[in-house]
Amino acid sequence: MKVSIYRFDPDADEKARMQDVEVELPEGRDLMVLDVLELAKSRDPSIAYRRSCREGVCGSDGMNINGKNGLACITPVSEAARGGKLVLRPLPGLPVIRDLVVDMSAFFRQYERVKPYLINDAPPPAEERLQSPEDRAKLDGLYECILCACCSTSCPSFWWNPDKFVGPAGLLQAYRFLADSRDTATTERLAELEDPFSVFRCRGIMNCVNACPRGLNPTRAIGKIRSMLLTEAT
Amino acid sequence: MALVTNVTSFGRTGLSDFVLQRVTALVLGAYGLCLVGFFATTDVSHTSLAAFLGGTLMQWFSTAAIVALAVHAWIGMWTVGTDYIRQHAFGAGLGGSAFGLRLVYQFGCVAAIVVYMAWSLTIIWGLA
Repeated sequence: MKVSIYRFDPDADEKARMQDVEVELPEGRDLMVLDVLELAKSRDPSIAYRRSCREGVCGSDGMNINGKNGLACITPVSEAARGGKLVLRPLPGLPVIRDLVVDMSAFFRQYERVKPYLINDAPPPAEERLQSPEDRAKLDGLYECILCACCSTSCPSFWWNPDKFVGPAGLLQAYRFLADSRDTATTERLAELEDPFSVFRCRGIMNCVNACPRGLNPTRAIGKIRSMLLTEAT
Repeated sequence: MALVTNVTSFGRTGLSDFVLQRVTALVLGAYGLCLVGFFATTDVSHTSLAAFLGGTLMQWFSTAAIVALAVHAWIGMWTVGTDYIRQHAFGAGLGGSAFGLRLVYQFGCVAAIVVYMAWSLTIIWGLA
């Protein structure tokens, strides 16, 4: 199989280029994209990419696979390859450090901005802050995010304003804490989001939903934040 | 990376822009339906159109629609400008900041909106 890989070494290259690597696939088995990348790396050890758990949990190997963002370790080649060819590029919109490795600082700055932790100034109870099963259920579909950045880097609004638009991943987490019955900073959290960029730059095109390897729905969370902002203001 | 500020946005907050865009869209939708109704049910001529738009109620409705269109257009054009006229979209160009170009673009949009608004209001209120 032909694998076309985005290559860029800032020390040696002036411009990025695509490198074709021929990889021999084992018969009768459907490999994951990461396996193919490992095979390509065995042919050319200079190829750089991030990977760790190889089972869709750590979120390290997010990349653009044949035009769609996804995790290489859980994307089957049979699903991704078109015309017998695999095209691998770094996540779009973030500065490339080398090959498929991107600088995720802008992504994590936005994540940090939404204060992704529980805020509750009441004295803690002796054991733990309890939550009803109904309230706990409100966090389903929100807490599972692994911060792979596949969603935010598939979002044009995040490409244009990565310094001001929180992006789908950050907003999913923002809503995760807005929806948490134990959190008491709802008003402060909403006040941080009401400017024209942080939330309202979302145009609802749902690229994030399409890209999320965990099947989460940031667009819905963003809609809920907008409703909360509207309710808070009226 | 050059920051884009929101001092030039219409409502200053995303929430007010969001609400204004939807309210103005409703006004424009209602006005559009009204016009479609007229064109579908009337034998259209300059005289009948002038009579239709020259009624006091329609003059006020047209004024509301023109103002709604101006607000709607500014919010939309401001958003387009702050999305696409960014330093990183121009590589090494623009001398390190897209602020000047964005300002020229915004001034052009405001000028066009004001001129069109004044022009259309003059026409509407000039009708007998």
